[in-house]
Amino acid sequence: MTYIAKPKVHHPALQRNAVGLTRRDYEGTITTLCAGCGHDSITAAIIQAFWDLSIEPHKVAKLSGIGCSSKTPAYFLREAHGFNGVHGRMPSLVTGANAANRDITYIGISGDGDSLSIGLGQLCHAIRRNVNVLYILENNGVYGLTKGQFSASADPGSVSKKGEENTMEAIDGCLLALTLGASFVGRGFSGDKAQLVPMLKAGLKHQGFAFIDVISPCVTFNDHEGSTKSYAYTREKNVEVVQADFVPPAAAITTEYDAGTVRAVMLHDGSWVRLRKIAEDFDPTDRDTTYAYIRERQKAGEVATGLLYLSPDSTDMHEQSNTVAMPLVQVPYSELCPGGAELEKLQKRFR
Amino acid sequence: MDRANDFAFKIATANGTGSASANGLIMQTIFRMGVPVTGKNVFPSNIQGLPTWYEIRVNRQGYTARTPVFDLMVAMNPATYQKDVNELRSGGWLLYDSTWPLDSRLVRPDVTYLGIPLAEMCNEQFSGVRERILMKNIAYAGALTALLKMDTVIIRELLKEKFSRKPALMDSNQKAIDIGFDYATKHFNCPLPIHLEGMDKTSESILIDGNTAAALGCVYAGATVGAWYPITPATSVMEAFKGFCQKYRREPETNRNRFAILQAEDELSAIGMVIGASWAGARAFTPTAGPGISLMTEFIGLAYYAEVPAVIFDVQRTGPSTGMPTRTQQGDLMLCAYASHGDTRQICLYPSDPREAFEFAVAAFDLAERFQTPVFMLSDLDIGMNDWMIPKLTWDDSYRPDRGKVLSVDELEQVKTFHRYLDVDGDGVPYRTLPGTHPKGAYFTRGSGHNRFGVYTEDADEYVDVLDRLDQKIQHAARAVPAPIVKTTAGAKLGLVTVGGCHAACVEALDLLRAEGVAIDYMRVRGFPFGDDVRSFLESHEVNFIVEQNRDAQLRSLLTLETSVPIEKLESVRYYGGFPMSAHHVIAGVKGKLEKAA
Repeated sequence: MTYIAKPKVHHPALQRNAVGLTRRDYEGTITTLCAGCGHDSITAAIIQAFWDLSIEPHKVAKLSGIGCSSKTPAYFLREAHGFNGVHGRMPSLVTGANAANRDITYIGISGDGDSLSIGLGQLCHAIRRNVNVLYILENNGVYGLTKGQFSASADPGSVSKKGEENTMEAIDGCLLALTLGASFVGRGFSGDKAQLVPMLKAGLKHQGFAFIDVISPCVTFNDHEGSTKSYAYTREKNVEVVQADFVPPAAAITTEYDAGTVRAVMLHDGSWVRLRKIAEDFDPTDRDTTYAYIRERQKAGEVATGLLYLSPDSTDMHEQSNTVAMPLVQVPYSELCPGGAELEKLQKRFR
Repeated sequence: MDRANDFAFKIATANGTGSASANGLIMQTIFRMGVPVTGKNVFPSNIQGLPTWYEIRVNRQGYTARTPVFDLMVAMNPATYQKDVNELRSGGWLLYDSTWPLDSRLVRPDVTYLGIPLAEMCNEQFSGVRERILMKNIAYAGALTALLKMDTVIIRELLKEKFSRKPALMDSNQKAIDIGFDYATKHFNCPLPIHLEGMDKTSESILIDGNTAAALGCVYAGATVGAWYPITPATSVMEAFKGFCQKYRREPETNRNRFAILQAEDELSAIGMVIGASWAGARAFTPTAGPGISLMTEFIGLAYYAEVPAVIFDVQRTGPSTGMPTRTQQGDLMLCAYASHGDTRQICLYPSDPREAFEFAVAAFDLAERFQTPVFMLSDLDIGMNDWMIPKLTWDDSYRPDRGKVLSVDELEQVKTFHRYLDVDGDGVPYRTLPGTHPKGAYFTRGSGHNRFGVYTEDADEYVDVLDRLDQKIQHAARAVPAPIVKTTAGAKLGLVTVGGCHAACVEALDLLRAEGVAIDYMRVRGFPFGDDVRSFLESHEVNFIVEQNRDAQLRSLLTLETSVPIEKLESVRYYGGFPMSAHHVIAGVKGKLEKAA
């Protein structure tokens, strides 16, 4: 599990980021997942994204539910507070934590069982609330920890390792998120770090709920012929729609992209996301276009990946509820308690 | 017999007709006359058309428990005539709308009828269906003003206060009062033998419901995050909290909120939000009722095991299942005490009235943070939703929240290594850190097996080590929860033990029993786990009557489990029909047991 600590020895030549940390400083304990697990590749991409953005690890909170994916917060950012909650209920934990302290960067890690079955309701409502969190659904179509049952994201017709065929419709996390009004929807593949890292960075900087579904093959229970979440299937059927590049606010906007194929979207903090249109006529800021495109690719047996949708005018939970800029945990008690004299005065209404 | 300031009456209407404002007016008038008064709103789980009752008890001695015997019935709802007339004592009075002939179901030879053509008069004086219906209610309040000798000056003042910005409404209300008043004065021998006389017994009191008081406690405790899912009878906790926050928690420069209220998709989520917010360092709470607690129990186990503070208000209603959502009970005592799977034990506070609801709400946050664990405050529908006459709330401005053992940046700078679940001080309570404080403060919160260093474990000894410390920690809380209220009388060999809202009925019953020569000591438990004082009270009496409002004698079970006092010493007295307990329930129960023993 998560009990093997990595040695914290740094080679002096390791590159440091803007806050003076090396990539090693963003690591966690050694993974206990199966060798070759897609989730470990996602963890590596997460480490890269945080390091690239020079976010101080202790200013991050990483939360998860239950399942293989939910173990992974132990494997990155050892100096961040972690919370491995109960099955399917991470969205409510992160909602409460975010309500209390809006100055923390929140990352939530979940799986397809955690998000699309037991925790479907919580996911939906966290999306609706537009809680400011990067929410990663590590999607392998299978229950790994309980040894290979189909999850709600298993495609109809896919066959389990034991030879059973899934007859039910799959829930597509991205389509779901789009219909619920998600302000940021992306899909990646654990084996494609080049695509995933910029998308994670954009998600971390997004002011609101950034939903990223990452196809992450289960090497033990769902990487066989008949699975639509296997390495082979995903590599073959992956259609990259939009390539995101993330540009922090400090960096100059370069012009290396052809104007006709790049769309730059400014995020809340002034940083930019460049969405490189690969598919013709694809508009990643139009919810309906995105929805139709994903459906169309699905019909063709393909998986559309990339930053699929980004709302340029996202207002997160705090903006919607008009909370003070100062995190609630920092508001001094003297500002919270009306005091004895006011209590005396107030009680006139109960006379 | 002089029945001034000692009687009860009941008003039967259909809900959604606006009777609440008439009934509130009557209550408040009596209260301002300085006469102790209690009101119990008996309402349906419905918005319009179903029967609803308002019971008012006037008692010069200050007894506030419900009485099920009524001297006067205001029968405004034909749907409940039969039931209502049966609740009148022999020799009582029945006020009915004589616009229509007296219904045969209302006829009883031993009752005096007071017929007033309320509908007819209101139809003449007011226009529009809505106004006519509303004013008919105010008109019966006017009739009662004459019949019970309520102070007309106070009524006028109250209407003035209430409708200061709506003079037209004030005029029509006053007119309706006068219609009823004049008719009663002219046709009946006013006042009735049951009537009011001004006293000075309420000047230092207020009329408030427990949910409002609890919400006020949350504000004064410094709670900033409230998460909830609407449920009767807990909804008004959050509504009141919101109201107070809008008044007191706006940042002056920006008018932005120094609070967050999260209406969750269900109770699973509501408690998750509370745990998340508490974990991040806020004082957070959720108000709910039994069905909500049932849903929350998985998360409550996480908070217990991972040691995250959480404050949960359980405004109890009747169960099991949906039960009767608008009736009161103490059916969640066991559920809350051991909420969640595995070995758990939860801190519980049991207020007996709105004043304690206010005080215990504050205490709940202090205890939750000091012991890093969920704390339940169990009130009930009667305490939560009815207006109680209680001494004014007071506040000590020297109060500072007890945030418990939370390490600051400076403290973390100085520690070599921080271990989340290490019992450094030997009191069972480890130190905790908040996200964002310091790199050295990071730890992994988990509901899975962990050792004292906060590291995942499947090792038997490491697991038991933490589990046993948790037990010790919660046991220490027995000394920190509010101590029981104990009242002894010389030579008493019998004890009476109760909890929460049964208090009012027990106090009255004990006085009546004492007058009959039955000496009984009294103890009201106010917190769980029980302290040694609870055990020694039970041990020092030959027999203890355990008075509570649930079928299964849950308090007695808790006492048996937790104090090892033999169950033979604990005689159960119960009432669980959904109404607040009355003194006669207690007396009948105690006497029945005594007779059986004799």
